[in-house]
Amino acid sequence: MATGGAGSLRDMRLGSVIARHRSEGGHPSGLRLFEDGEVGDPDIFPTRLRIWHVGLGLGVLVLVCIGALLVGPAGLSPGSVLADVASHIPLIGVHSHLSATGNIVVWQLRMPRIVLAGLVGSMLAIAGASYQGVFHNPLADPYLLGVAAGAGLGATIAVVGIPHLASLGFDPLPLAAFVGAIIAVGATFALGRSGGRGRNATSLVLGGVAVGAFFTAIQTFLQQQNTPVLQEIYTWILGGLSTAGWGQVTLILPYVLLTTIVLVSCRRLLDVLSVGDDEAQSLGVRANRVRLVIIVAATLGTAAAVSVSGLIGFVGIIVPHTVRLVMGPSYQRIIPLSALYGAIFLILADLVARTVLSPGEVPLGVVTAFLGAPFFLVVLRQARRFG
Amino acid sequence: MLDLDQVSVVLDGARVLDSVSAKVESASWLGLVGPNGAGKTTLLRAVVGLVAYEGEISIAGLNPLELGRREIARLVAYVPQRPVLPPAMTVIDYILLGRSAYHSYLGAETKRDRSVVSTVLGRLDLTRLANRRLGQISGGEAQRAVLGRALAQEAPVLVMDEPTSSLDLGHGQRILELTDELRREHSLTILCALHDLTLAAQYADELLVLAHGSVAMSGRAQEVLTAEHIGAIFDASVEVLEGSDGIVVAPSRQRSKVMSDARRSGGPLGARGIGLKATGEVR
Repeated sequence: MATGGAGSLRDMRLGSVIARHRSEGGHPSGLRLFEDGEVGDPDIFPTRLRIWHVGLGLGVLVLVCIGALLVGPAGLSPGSVLADVASHIPLIGVHSHLSATGNIVVWQLRMPRIVLAGLVGSMLAIAGASYQGVFHNPLADPYLLGVAAGAGLGATIAVVGIPHLASLGFDPLPLAAFVGAIIAVGATFALGRSGGRGRNATSLVLGGVAVGAFFTAIQTFLQQQNTPVLQEIYTWILGGLSTAGWGQVTLILPYVLLTTIVLVSCRRLLDVLSVGDDEAQSLGVRANRVRLVIIVAATLGTAAAVSVSGLIGFVGIIVPHTVRLVMGPSYQRIIPLSALYGAIFLILADLVARTVLSPGEVPLGVVTAFLGAPFFLVVLRQARRFG
Repeated sequence: MLDLDQVSVVLDGARVLDSVSAKVESASWLGLVGPNGAGKTTLLRAVVGLVAYEGEISIAGLNPLELGRREIARLVAYVPQRPVLPPAMTVIDYILLGRSAYHSYLGAETKRDRSVVSTVLGRLDLTRLANRRLGQISGGEAQRAVLGRALAQEAPVLVMDEPTSSLDLGHGQRILELTDELRREHSLTILCALHDLTLAAQYADELLVLAHGSVAMSGRAQEVLTAEHIGAIFDASVEVLEGSDGIVVAPSRQRSKVMSDARRSGGPLGARGIGLKATGEVR
């Protein structure tokens, strides 16, 4: 095989392939260094997402959802709730004996809240994982580029500037938070682009810091000038799902779906980006473009999530890192599994938020930090021991 | 296979490369040598399309400026000087990255991708390490993995930037030997920057000497690498010896001027210099 004769034959073949493509006005694409006969066994096992990974996550998610549905201050018996849920599954033949009030508690209060917690948790986790990937920074969270500061300012302006929120017929706060978040990240991009030659990742992060500080300054000033509504703003900033309803679910569902589809499809490209922009380019991946797509998708989803939930911290860092520590560094696994376990984590955290001080509530952001930080430390310790 | 015509690169207003022309025949090895800062890496990056350039580069008769990233990646594979090796990534996953240009943008790898990776693992003696993490293998093994990733690209042109710089003598030699075998097996065209002039002379068919961003000399090693040339271009003092397979460039502690004096006087190189005191600016 290593003879000069074979080599020149190969050159001719290579040359003819290129020539043919050129004459057709196309580009070379069929070059093969290895003949089909000389390539090896395809039964090799790269790191991949396996079906049982997803199956396990889905199973846990369903169990957690059912568990969360059974618990609450309304005093419904778990058995009657379970029977009611089963009665909605066709072909089982179970009949519900839940009262009309019970029905409303289960389907209009608990269920939308669980679904919303799942969507928000999944969104924050998947966005955090993506940000960590594109910025090669383990501390990156979904709020890195100013989403939090922008949404906070938007919410503040809505509360301060629109005095009779209730009379409006709809709640302008989510919309204001969403728009604020998008404006802030847009400003970060503009700043990062003008500031950094070749708009690299670092200049974007620095832009995010500056924009965040600027928006937070305005927000603090507005709050100082309007102390009577401070409580309302503060409640929103701490994050929570106490007002969750199906309306909010349908509001953010399109964004969550779109973002999830984009980020899950980009998961292999995130692995390529892990060798740095230069090498990614030499491997045929346009690093800047991929990063832009991922950041836009993650930001859109995060903005939608915070617009209904407020600023829930830690989810975007704890969940992806835990998945990474258990499953390894490949984004092929981290992205989809972060979506699943982010949902699970936030449903559980919200369960705690609405039960420990029942019928009062603990801010969800407080719960995620309180539960998340120690849990994260345990995971880190375990990883060090076995890793 | 690879043609550079008057290639210039300007970075931050500085002309890093100035009208560099070169021609690399198919299945041959062009060694790129020159002092630090001569523009070797920039030239390689221009060929791979990582830096904007003036002039023309043609790879297999094609103009990379008219091609997409993925198409360029199927023509040229790049082994950077300091590759990023994510410590927790497995060897197999790392080599599979070399197939990125063959996947559809969002799709998964095909059976052929896995077959090629498997072949590469076997050829580079990495099968045993396939599931080890990059952080757990030695420098020599890691360099083989980087070469493997480049090979998985199935590109006819291989561009390497100092592939031996982080390796000891034996491992460096083995990487170059392996590269040369692959060149012969697959008719790879190789453009390789090397610090070590002896190694460059041994492996390259021709040498291109860069200095201050332009071509100082080019040609066969015996013609290019004389003590005088090296003295002038590298500001180094060396002895060039005749080895069993090619020339050997050995550093000498004497300044080149002293050496050329020694040579003119006809005495054995350095014999007169031994008694001389180092001037303090020996490089």
